[in-house]
Amino acid sequence: MNYLDLSKIVQDIRRNILYMNNRGRASHTGSALSIVELLVVLYFKILRIDPENPYKSNRDRFILSKAHASAALYAVLAKRGFFSEEWLKKFHVDGGMLPGHLDKTSAPGIEVSAGSLGHGLSIGIGMALAGKLDKSDYKVYVLCGDGEINEGSIWEGILFAGAKKLDNLTLIIDYNKWQAYGRTNEVINLEPLSLKLKSFNWYPVEIDGHSFEEIEDALNLKVSQPKAIIAHTIKGKGISFMEDRLEWHYKSPSEEELKKALEELE
Amino acid sequence: MRTTLVKTLIELAEKEEKIFVITPDLGFSVWEEFERRFPERFLNVGIAEANAIGIATGLSLCGKIVYVYSIIPFVTMRPFEQIRIELAYMKTNVRIVGVGAGVTYGAQGATHHAIEDIAIMRALPNMLIFSPCDPWEVEQGVRASLNYEGPIYFRLGKKGEPVITPVGNSFSFGRANVIRRGRDVYILFTGNIADEVVKLYSLLESKGISAEVVSMHTLKPFDYEYLDKILKTGNPVFTIEEHSIIGGLGSIVAEYIAEAGYKVRFKRFGIPDQYAHWVGSQKYIRERFGLLAEKMFGKICEYLK
Ligand SMILES: Cc1ncc(C[n+]2csc(CCOP(=O)(O)OP(=O)(O)O)c2C)c(N)n1
Repeated sequence: MNYLDLSKIVQDIRRNILYMNNRGRASHTGSALSIVELLVVLYFKILRIDPENPYKSNRDRFILSKAHASAALYAVLAKRGFFSEEWLKKFHVDGGMLPGHLDKTSAPGIEVSAGSLGHGLSIGIGMALAGKLDKSDYKVYVLCGDGEINEGSIWEGILFAGAKKLDNLTLIIDYNKWQAYGRTNEVINLEPLSLKLKSFNWYPVEIDGHSFEEIEDALNLKVSQPKAIIAHTIKGKGISFMEDRLEWHYKSPSEEELKKALEELE
Repeated sequence: MRTTLVKTLIELAEKEEKIFVITPDLGFSVWEEFERRFPERFLNVGIAEANAIGIATGLSLCGKIVYVYSIIPFVTMRPFEQIRIELAYMKTNVRIVGVGAGVTYGAQGATHHAIEDIAIMRALPNMLIFSPCDPWEVEQGVRASLNYEGPIYFRLGKKGEPVITPVGNSFSFGRANVIRRGRDVYILFTGNIADEVVKLYSLLESKGISAEVVSMHTLKPFDYEYLDKILKTGNPVFTIEEHSIIGGLGSIVAEYIAEAGYKVRFKRFGIPDQYAHWVGSQKYIRERFGLLAEKMFGKICEYLK
């Protein structure tokens, strides 16, 4: 699949996120919009997965640890054929199927239930260890928010995976510079992030998290340590009036905002 | 409830300099006014609940009265062992303020629901558990918290709840708050299920059943004196809570009845021993769990037959 096809998919995903959050009056619109390119490259170019056989034992595992961005994952899973796009209408509504945070029983392709931040990396480490034990060559990818890595559990995991040289594990940090009550680096300065990861024996790569090429190259990079992709992104990416605005952590688009936003995606 | 909590704290903080607020990155459009007025006494420690409880403990050991604010599971269950040792064991003046009682967070999903918190917090010696039903109780509780020695857990709904306590009631921690007087049956409830309880009261009234409706806002220490008094009447007792039937208000009452040996008709309404895998609003999930007033009314009528 070439980058032109991918950019069409990306536009569709963004449209679906907007529809879903409008219909379900769901929050976290900006959080979902910032990871669309990352998910699309993973699901359409990188992950060894089979929507027809979602529980195959040697599949690659992807964990969305910042599970409040679930709308993006649902839209991508549907597009990739794990379930019907009709299900997206059942997001965050009464009698729905897809909850605001992840429930692994709700749909195929969802590896873990999540929504409390800071759980995904350790679970991913367990999966990576199991892969080594079982001599399976699958890979494990965990996507965290930049605010999420405030959590101590994340650093316990980073310390452990680095020490154990888990080369089948990749942590992607959605570095959109915002968390829930402020700018990430004003709440707690993460910098120098790359150096921190390096000193914990990880292989860090900094990329533009909206560039297909940079995402793909970083994911394909072969290293003998756990890899950390620091993806610089924009919260609310793609919709001018949502970009880099904290309120869109909370808001769902009204009818009018939806219309305006969709026009921008034409 | 949370608007009242913040308003009351701002008022108190004007005079009491020991008041300090910590948030692990929650409370957008809730705390801004407090932060603006008392920037040195407000701290976002980042998304790090265990660290938040530890820092709160350190501050409290140096004389501060610290309120730690977040969504219930994140501020109770995530840092539970910190709470156990640093708050309960050391009996520090930290106040945990949790929002989103029961299934308040509805379609956000079960990670955000709070259905086991009373049970686990109740098992901690020294922990006062305050589960107010309306903004009046919240305000009273916040005021009382200033002069209380030891840890407190505030279990709050969200915002927009009406006042249902009659004018003239008095307040203290550990005392039942009678919302409506009645003679036939007793309905003891706690916290954010108040709206259904008020509806239930009217339904019962329309059927000629006079219910005494009582807010048990303090689950620990519990008002056993009041409980004993009503059990003596021999009238049926019902408990209602938006919490698991394991370990909450219903359990407290059941334990007491069993040991005291009362032969009284008694039924618990609460969340059965399961997580909500349904998707929907608070009301929708209450319905699935049988916690809407109409449903409870039907069950009570059947029970009283
Ligand atoms: C343990 C825990 N604490 C707090 C929250 C509430 N919460 C949800 S999203 C969020 C901010 C997340 O920021 P970040 O990880 O940077 O993700 P972004 O939305 O910016 O993509 C917070 C604090 C939570 N879900 N889990």
